[in-house]
Amino acid sequence: MVSQQLVTEDIYSNTFSEILEQTKDAELKELRQKAFDYFTENGFPTVKNEEWKYTNVSGQWSVVNGQIVQSPKSEVQSPKVAGLAQHFQFDRNGFTALNLAFADFTVVTIPKETSLNKPIELNFNANEDTANFPHIIIIAEAGSKATIIENYESEGKSFTNTAIQIFLEPNANLTHYRVQKESPEAFHVGTTEVELSSGSLYNSTNVNLGGAISRHDVHLKFTAEGGEAYIDGLYMLNGNQHHDTHSSIDHALPNCVSHQTYKGVLNDKSRGVFNGKVFVRENAHGTDAQQSNKNLLLSNDARVDTKPQLEIFNDDVKCSHGATVGQLEDEELFYLLSRGISENLAKNLLTYGFAEEIINKIEIEEIKKDLDAMVLNRLDVNLEV
Amino acid sequence: MLLEIKDLHAGIEGKEILKGLNLTVNKGEVHAIMGPNGSGKSTLSKVLAGHPSYEVLSGEVIYQGKNLLELEPDERAREGVFLAFQYPVEVPGVSNSQFLRLAYNEKMKHLGEEELDPLEFNDYLKEKAKIVEMDSSFFKRSVNEGFSGGEKKRNEILQMAVLEPKLAILDETDSGLDIDALRIVAEGVNKLRSSENGIILVTHYQRLLDYIVPDFVHVLAGGKIVKEGGKELALELEEKGYDWVKAANK
Repeated sequence: MVSQQLVTEDIYSNTFSEILEQTKDAELKELRQKAFDYFTENGFPTVKNEEWKYTNVSGQWSVVNGQIVQSPKSEVQSPKVAGLAQHFQFDRNGFTALNLAFADFTVVTIPKETSLNKPIELNFNANEDTANFPHIIIIAEAGSKATIIENYESEGKSFTNTAIQIFLEPNANLTHYRVQKESPEAFHVGTTEVELSSGSLYNSTNVNLGGAISRHDVHLKFTAEGGEAYIDGLYMLNGNQHHDTHSSIDHALPNCVSHQTYKGVLNDKSRGVFNGKVFVRENAHGTDAQQSNKNLLLSNDARVDTKPQLEIFNDDVKCSHGATVGQLEDEELFYLLSRGISENLAKNLLTYGFAEEIINKIEIEEIKKDLDAMVLNRLDVNLEV
Repeated sequence: MLLEIKDLHAGIEGKEILKGLNLTVNKGEVHAIMGPNGSGKSTLSKVLAGHPSYEVLSGEVIYQGKNLLELEPDERAREGVFLAFQYPVEVPGVSNSQFLRLAYNEKMKHLGEEELDPLEFNDYLKEKAKIVEMDSSFFKRSVNEGFSGGEKKRNEILQMAVLEPKLAILDETDSGLDIDALRIVAEGVNKLRSSENGIILVTHYQRLLDYIVPDFVHVLAGGKIVKEGGKELALELEEKGYDWVKAANK
């Protein structure tokens, strides 16, 4: 085990010196070096780490004959990059450190008081046998309004280790769709960091359909009073797929709202993990924090580990959380049967409806239709809508 | 003969509720089944529709010459049996039109008739919706989700209109309805009433029967039919209360 890790780290360290050489900005150079040092020292997380207890990543990162991909635009000339990347908490684990060390930056600024009519699309398509380290930085300036689509696809066996930092300035309004539909052999690790300033609104839908093993971490922090965040997600897995969503939402200041609804559909021998922490700190009065995680198990061999955690240190708050793991409702099934819909179709239709509650929140028809089709295809339902 | 129930004994969770029920329904007839709470009205509805929680202990149910009890719930529906639920179930994420078209096409497939594509079905659905005064905004909404009590019941009758059953069982369709909704629902049922189908109205109150006039009234008590008559029996029952039949039965 140790030797494999050493070999892998060796591959990364050879490439790292090239990356470092290409990096002109001194501040960024230093940051990459710090992140890489952390990675060299700590390596990848193992199942002994509480946060990675259910997701065993050993061996996943070693892309055979791998090539580390950096797109030509990698040297972003924005003077802000290093300053913004400083905010990224790379020392969460080996993946976040490695992401920053190799970060292939994309920086998007939505100018203040500007409403963008068209969504900003960020598409990532990993080739077979490659390791990819996209790092996106979004600055939604004061009073701006925009929609961002973050889309991941891949071919064959690949490794994508991605991160996105989102900064919402006062009264900014950002809708964020994150769609992960990588190949069934891919290994995907993603980190989303969001900071909300006063009066800002963050609305996100995270759909996880692909990958052999995938992990998504969401860290959301209110940096001023009066921010609002709606974070919804779906993981729909079959075969031997494994998905893990870890989220932490930090209410350190008063009068902020966070609503989180995550749903899981697990078939065959797939496995899902949901771990959601919500902290309501001492002076965060007027907090409205809701969290729910509902899972539908379609097979006896599927499994889910769900752990919603709510820690409250203030009395003047409105908070709720809950998790369910279950099968389809008998009464719903009977209702469909009583209308002449055969059992198999009825079950698939109910499963579709379960997933659809999340997908329906997507307001861009094209994406919604595409995801609808993927869900229906998996369930073998023909709705022709 | 459309339906013949012979000495039916049935129950739930090991408890016998129907204790020797007999009923015959012919095409073109409307039968009201009335009875106090706990008399077995809902059990009868659920057993006829094939609810898996209910157990048939003995007796026979012949529907169009077939043993109904041997058919799965979805097969019964495709053969033309329809149950309007007392508490219609919400199906989140599935639109009314998707749901109805699937159900309609399953039946058409079963009958070897042509299925409808979404556009054709939409036209068909619009026509049917007029029967219960529903506008097309209901088609896109999830089945029964966020519907008021009256809207749910109207949606049940819309489903009946779409599926054109041969035998419709309306389980307490009047419960929880205000007078306007009751009128719309009842008029809908009257429009669907024909010489080709039979309807069983299960109800606690006489009120519904002012709007949908039955050919026969059966009073159910203690799991059996204890009194039968024409529409005037319902009025007598309204006047004298269920204690009258309960007492008469003792």
